[in-house]
Amino acid sequence: MTAALEVIAPGLHSTVQDLGRFGCQRFGVPVAGALDAEGLALANALVGNPRDTAALEILHAGPTLAVAAEAVRVVLAGAEAEMALVGGPRIAPWRSIRLVRGERLRIGALSGSATAYLAIAGGLALPPVLGSLSTYVRGRLGGLEGRPLAAGDRLALAAASAEPGMERGLERPPSAPQGPVRVVLGPQADHFTAEAIETLLDAEFTVSAAADRMGMRLDGPRLTHRGAYDIVSDGIATGAIQVPGSGQPIVLLADHQTTGGYPKIATVIAADLPRLGRLRPGDRLRFTAVEAAEAEQAHRAAAAALASIIARIRPAPPVARLDLAALWRENLVSGAIADDPPFD
Amino acid sequence: MARIEEATQPSTPRILPVGGGALVVEFGTTVDPAVNARVLALDAALAAAAPPGVVETVPTFRSLMVHYDPGVTGAAALGETIAGLLDRAGEAPAAERTWRIPVCYQGDDLAPDLAEVAARTGLAPEDVIAIHTGGRYRVYMLGFLPGFPYMGDLDRRLVLPRRADPRVRVPAGAVAIATTLTAVYPVESPGGWHLIGASPARLFDPARDPPVPLAPGDAVVFEPVPRERFAALKARAAAGEPVIAEAP
Repeated sequence: MTAALEVIAPGLHSTVQDLGRFGCQRFGVPVAGALDAEGLALANALVGNPRDTAALEILHAGPTLAVAAEAVRVVLAGAEAEMALVGGPRIAPWRSIRLVRGERLRIGALSGSATAYLAIAGGLALPPVLGSLSTYVRGRLGGLEGRPLAAGDRLALAAASAEPGMERGLERPPSAPQGPVRVVLGPQADHFTAEAIETLLDAEFTVSAAADRMGMRLDGPRLTHRGAYDIVSDGIATGAIQVPGSGQPIVLLADHQTTGGYPKIATVIAADLPRLGRLRPGDRLRFTAVEAAEAEQAHRAAAAALASIIARIRPAPPVARLDLAALWRENLVSGAIADDPPFD
Repeated sequence: MARIEEATQPSTPRILPVGGGALVVEFGTTVDPAVNARVLALDAALAAAAPPGVVETVPTFRSLMVHYDPGVTGAAALGETIAGLLDRAGEAPAAERTWRIPVCYQGDDLAPDLAEVAARTGLAPEDVIAIHTGGRYRVYMLGFLPGFPYMGDLDRRLVLPRRADPRVRVPAGAVAIATTLTAVYPVESPGGWHLIGASPARLFDPARDPPVPLAPGDAVVFEPVPRERFAALKARAAAGEPVIAEAP
């Protein structure tokens, strides 16, 4: 059998995602890809992968995976999580770990973000669809048969094994950005009243329970259209804030349709899209308007900030297993067993 | 950059910023073949010019969305380039390709809304079929779903609003009408259009390059086929054979 991770339990919504499927929106195929592209890039960096390598995107609560390979190196990044080897030590996110055949990694509830990425050194052995491994569930495209993981699945690994050695970790997870989410007004801001635009930029909104990879509906004050609330379909950018007749804004995320017929009052800038991908139902947010040039500058600044976080990745000691025989030999068993050793 | 966000004559396209990662070039606000032809002409001109940083373009009924990499280019520079192209780009040439798409209009399973469409339009079902197959349709754009072609314009006698209660599940191949448009559902999905027939054709196949045979600007005619022929063609399509053809 080829090297694989076996899915014992799938988690809430775990899909294979890379940075997205580009060049196919003209065919009606959404970009899809990681909701939090920074989380994916960090996960990949922690196991030495190129940044666009496909990983498992985990929403809210993760899967339990069994190692059906000699060894595999993985890391969870993007969120804090309750994570442990079944029958073994707790595992910290933001630090790689080499798992060996038969071990089971259980990823529980995420905290701090809706989204986390389990990157696998070497990546997954899955066929690209239209140039990408990203899963687009509605179109049943990409990833593993175009769907979220299910119990019993086997995720084939590109690397047959992983050498033992030092791991890599981030001592401190990246700090969460503060302040309002930045938008560029439009492209259909002129379909809204001046009060609606003022409200968008002044009010606090709450992520409703209607949130998935296509988009998130926001609870808050209604945004009023100047006239009709439907337009002849045009293109949609990820981060577009569309407002249907209800006046309740919907922020469109990775799996959004390529085109649509509701006016978009504003569009969240690219640099702030990862923040959107981390939001959970009940989280609050505010918006502030910037010009396109500022949005482009912010994109370059975000890329530089990500590079500086990646530059902080340091070697980390491997996670010790509870090997009682070895512990007796080394006369350590009476002492405290650090299952999460500190950095050197 | 002066043209951005500047509302001008209806005939002068507007170049609008979209989030600092895209521009939308808006040629109009209606479904109109002449407007769509200008969209496609700019799309072709931009593809030929290939300015740095353009990630992809998405032509729609009345606008061209240009996605760019803000690490490489910006709204100002790209807007200038597009403005220059607009001065030179005319209209795209008339459709070079006409596709014949087989459709079976028989039976409640394949044409579940045909009777209702007939009743609501005051036509006999045979007339609905004759009018639908009598048209030659422009592919305006692909969107909504992978490979979903928005085609028009429908004969005025068949124009109806979308269904009040959209279906949770519309099968792949369903041939549908709504407003002034007609389409073939390429994959199973929810849908709110009236289903008046079914095509055996596979209009989206990610293993093919391009994954969609139809392109904006193409023309389409529907060819009625009986159920036996539909079944035979469906088997051929399942085997990977093309069942739509370019008309001579």
